[in-house]
Amino acid sequence: MNLHRMWAIFVARNAEFFRDRASFGWNFAFPFLIIVGFGIIFNGREFKQFKVGVFPPEAALSVSSVTSMPDAFRSDRHIILVPVADKADGETRLSRHQISLLIDATSPTHAYWLNDSSPDGSLAERIYLASFMIGRPVPEKGVTRGGQIRYIDWLMPGILAMNMMFSALWGVGYVIVRYRKNGALKRLRATPLTALEYLSAQMFSRICLILFTLCVVWIGADLLFHFQVRGSLLLLFAIFALGGLNLCSIGLILAARGTSEEFASGVLNFITWPMMFLSEVWFSLEGSPAWVNDLSRLLPLTHLLTAARRVMNEGGTFADVHFECGILLLGTVVALVIAATLFSWNE
Amino acid sequence: MHPILEVLHLRKRYGAVEAVRDISFHVEPGICFGLLGPNGAGKTTTLEIIEDIIKPTSGEVLFDGHRRTASFREEVGIQFQHTSLLNFLSVEETLKTFARLYHRPADLEEIIDRCDLADIRQRRNDRLSGGQTQRLMLALALLNQPRLIFLDEPSTGLDPQARRNLWDIVGQFKAEGRTLILTTHSMEEAEYLCDKIAIVDQGLIIAAGSPAELIRQYGGMNSIILPKTASTRIPPSLPFAVEERDEATLVIHLDEIHQGLQALMEMDIDLRGIFIHSPNLEDVFLHLTGKRLRE
Repeated sequence: MNLHRMWAIFVARNAEFFRDRASFGWNFAFPFLIIVGFGIIFNGREFKQFKVGVFPPEAALSVSSVTSMPDAFRSDRHIILVPVADKADGETRLSRHQISLLIDATSPTHAYWLNDSSPDGSLAERIYLASFMIGRPVPEKGVTRGGQIRYIDWLMPGILAMNMMFSALWGVGYVIVRYRKNGALKRLRATPLTALEYLSAQMFSRICLILFTLCVVWIGADLLFHFQVRGSLLLLFAIFALGGLNLCSIGLILAARGTSEEFASGVLNFITWPMMFLSEVWFSLEGSPAWVNDLSRLLPLTHLLTAARRVMNEGGTFADVHFECGILLLGTVVALVIAATLFSWNE
Repeated sequence: MHPILEVLHLRKRYGAVEAVRDISFHVEPGICFGLLGPNGAGKTTTLEIIEDIIKPTSGEVLFDGHRRTASFREEVGIQFQHTSLLNFLSVEETLKTFARLYHRPADLEEIIDRCDLADIRQRRNDRLSGGQTQRLMLALALLNQPRLIFLDEPSTGLDPQARRNLWDIVGQFKAEGRTLILTTHSMEEAEYLCDKIAIVDQGLIIAAGSPAELIRQYGGMNSIILPKTASTRIPPSLPFAVEERDEATLVIHLDEIHQGLQALMEMDIDLRGIFIHSPNLEDVFLHLTGKRLRE
C-alpha cells in the first residue's frame, strides 16, 4: 500500500468532484430542498390530518348553519373539511383517494361513506364516530412533556443519511463503472497503482466530500429549524463518517466488475430503495413484522440511523452506540477487501 | 546481447474465438520492433498480454529474462489505442497525477516540451482534439522514463504533420537506447520506424525479420510500368520479363531498375508516363496472405 499513489488519486478525484458544477450543486441542493420542503409541509403541524369531503359545499364553511355534523368534529385539528358538489362528486373523490371520508352534512341520520381500501378512511371514520360521544366518560388522558422529540429532529438524520447513501453508492459505484467502460481504469492499470490503493483513494475522497456536504447542509438547515442535538456533535459526526465509509465500500463492491452503466444503475436502485424504506429513514418500523426488523438489521443504513438518532435525539454516548459503530467499521473493512479482490480494471 | 523481452507461445481465447494462436518472438534492447497486420489480426491482444493488461490463455512473457513482477510497471511505458482520462483535469494536472504514481518520474517540463504540449498544458482533457489527446497519451507513456515503450497504433487519427512529429520522437527514443514495441497497420510506418517486424495475420506470426529482409525474401521483383503506346517498339529481345497487365499497360519485372531504364533509353523509348514500383511490405503481406493490409 503506497500512500503517495493513493494521495495522487485522492487529489485528482476531489478536483473532478468540485469542478463538475452540475453534480456538485445537486449534492448540496437535494438534501437541503428535502429538509426545507418537509419544514414547509409540516410547518409546526407534526401530526396526521385527514381530508373529509362534505356536501352540500356550504356545509364545509366554518360558520355554516346548514349542517348536522357535531362541532367537535368540525373543529378537530386532525380534520380538514373539503367542500364537494354532491354525493356523486364525493364518491368519485373517495374512489380516487382524494378524500378519506364523505359526509352528507344535512342528513338526519348523519350518513357517511368511505373507501374500504383506504387505511386513512377507517381512522377518519373513528374520529367522526367519536365526535358523537362528547359528554360520555372517556379514558384518562396524559400528554408526554419534556422528552418529546420534534418530527423534524427525528427526520433530519434520516434525510442526511439517505443523501449520504445515494452520494456514496452512485458517486463511487457508478463513476467506477463509467471509468471502466471508457478505458480510464485501463490507463491507470498500466501504472504501478494497485486495486486496493485505487479503491481506498476513491473511498476516502468520497467520504471527505460527503462529510463536507453534510456539514454545509446541516448548518444551512440548522439556521432554519434549530435542531436539538442532545448528545455529542463530534460523536454524531463520527457516526456519519463511519456510515459513509461503509456505504462507499458497498459501492466499491458493486463497481468491482462490469462495464454496463445501465446494469450498474439497476443494481444501485435495487440496493438503495429497500434501504430507504427498511432503514427507518422516513418512518419507524416499530411494530412491523419480525422478519422486516430482521431484514432491516442487515442494512448498514439502519445501524447508522440507530446510532445517529440515539446520539441526536436521546443524548446517547459512545457506550450506547459502540455496537453500531463496530458493525459499520467491520463492514467497511470486509467490503473493501472483497471489492479489491474482485476488482477488474478492464472490460 | 540478451533479449529485453521474450514472448513464448502466447494464446488467447475468447469463447470460441482464438484471437492469438501460438505467438512467439523476442526483442533485443534498443530496437524498434513492429507488429504489422490488418485490423483484427490479434496485434493489440498480443500487445496487451505482454503489457500485463490481460491474461493469456496460455504462454509466457519474460522481461529481462525473468517473469514480470510488480516492478515491471515501473520499467515500461504504455500508450493504448483506446483509453480515456480523468474528467475535469487539465493536461498538466493529468501529467502530475500520473507522475506521482511512479518512483522515478521524468522531468515534466521535458516531457511537455518533447510531446509539444506547452500550448495546451492548461486545457482540460475533455477539450482536446484527437491529435492533442494522442500526444498526451504518448507523454503519459514516457512519464516514468521507461526502458521499454509500447505504442499501440500510435499514429491513428494523426494528420501528416503530427505523424511526422511522432516519428521524430520515436527516433529520439531509439537514439537514447530505449526499446520500442509498436503495432501498426501502416506499412509505411512500419518500414520507416521498425528495425524488426513480425507480420501478424489471424492470430499468427506469418513472417518476421527486418523490413529489408522481408522485402527481399517475399516482396518480389522491381517493376517498370509503361503505357502501352510508348512500348509498342519494345523488341522481344529485351532481357527482362515483360507482362501485359491490360490493354493499356505493360509491366517489366527486373532486379535492377537502373539496368532496365538504361536499356529502355538505349532503345529510344518514350519514357513519359512510366511508373517505377519497388516492392514494399504491402507486397510482402500480399504475397504471404493473398490479401491487402487494409482489406
